[in-house]
Amino acid sequence: MPSTHATPRRRDVDLLDDERLLVALRRGDEHAFMALVDRYGALMLRVASMYVRTPSVAEEVVQETWLAILEGIGRFEGRSTLKTWIFRILSNRAKTRGEREARCLPFSACAPAGDSDDDGPTVDADRFLGPDHPQWPGHWAAAPRDWSTVPDVRLVSRETLGLIRDAIGHLPDRQQQVILLRDVEGWSSEEVCEALAVSEVNQRVLLHRARSKVRAELEDYLAEAEIGAVA
Amino acid sequence: MSAGDLGCQELVELVTDYLEDRLPRGQRRRFERHLLECEGCVTYVEQMRETIRLVGRSAAADPERVPGLELLLDAFRDWKREQLA
Repeated sequence: MPSTHATPRRRDVDLLDDERLLVALRRGDEHAFMALVDRYGALMLRVASMYVRTPSVAEEVVQETWLAILEGIGRFEGRSTLKTWIFRILSNRAKTRGEREARCLPFSACAPAGDSDDDGPTVDADRFLGPDHPQWPGHWAAAPRDWSTVPDVRLVSRETLGLIRDAIGHLPDRQQQVILLRDVEGWSSEEVCEALAVSEVNQRVLLHRARSKVRAELEDYLAEAEIGAVA
Repeated sequence: MSAGDLGCQELVELVTDYLEDRLPRGQRRRFERHLLECEGCVTYVEQMRETIRLVGRSAAADPERVPGLELLLDAFRDWKREQLA
């Protein structure tokens, strides 16, 4: 049987928006299904990996989610977008699996994914003058440096972008999910709240912590580069 | 700094609310008033905007493989047969 990958129809289908893919999918159009898998499969795997510890479990969750999508597509009423509906199913399943996984793993394997969100200031308190400073309490002691003097080629260099990916990878899971969908994928806050089942306020707190930490990593990195250049 | 004014340490925790346009109006006014007088915080807000831009460019260049594509296709064909049955 010829591969379904190379047919021209497949490529046409890739350009359709989710709405039309949904119609085609309900008609039983295989190309529409594969286009959806192409569009969201990799992202689904990344999001699932933030709830569970084992890559093979994340893959299972994604597979199960697609089956659940096929089962449920007839009942999907379009109250949310197809995209957020898919990720809502995914995150529900992944969360359940992550909790089960955490119970089975030895104690040393640490808390369930997603439970390690922190609080406290997002900028080191040392950067500010103390509350009892006579003139400028809470003002910058060490103000941030202007990045507009850094050449753009440096900012968008492979090294800098790699550093950002690493920084995101080290965030607590829920912060990773939010910054990935909001700032990497460009989803709206409404879409993210719907997909991850978090409140609008919670979503914003997670986003703030995530962005602040990535900014801090960038700041350290760019400062080091500057010192390196002078030396 | 007069009472009711924002300090830099408070401002940095409000940046996302500000950028998302979620600050109550009074708070927003205080935020913007602070920016008029504080170069450090202007720079900080700019760094956050720049961070958002760069995060947006940081997506992995090569798409990850979608695992179990063949299994999915089989599942789809089963599903379709059931739909038609």
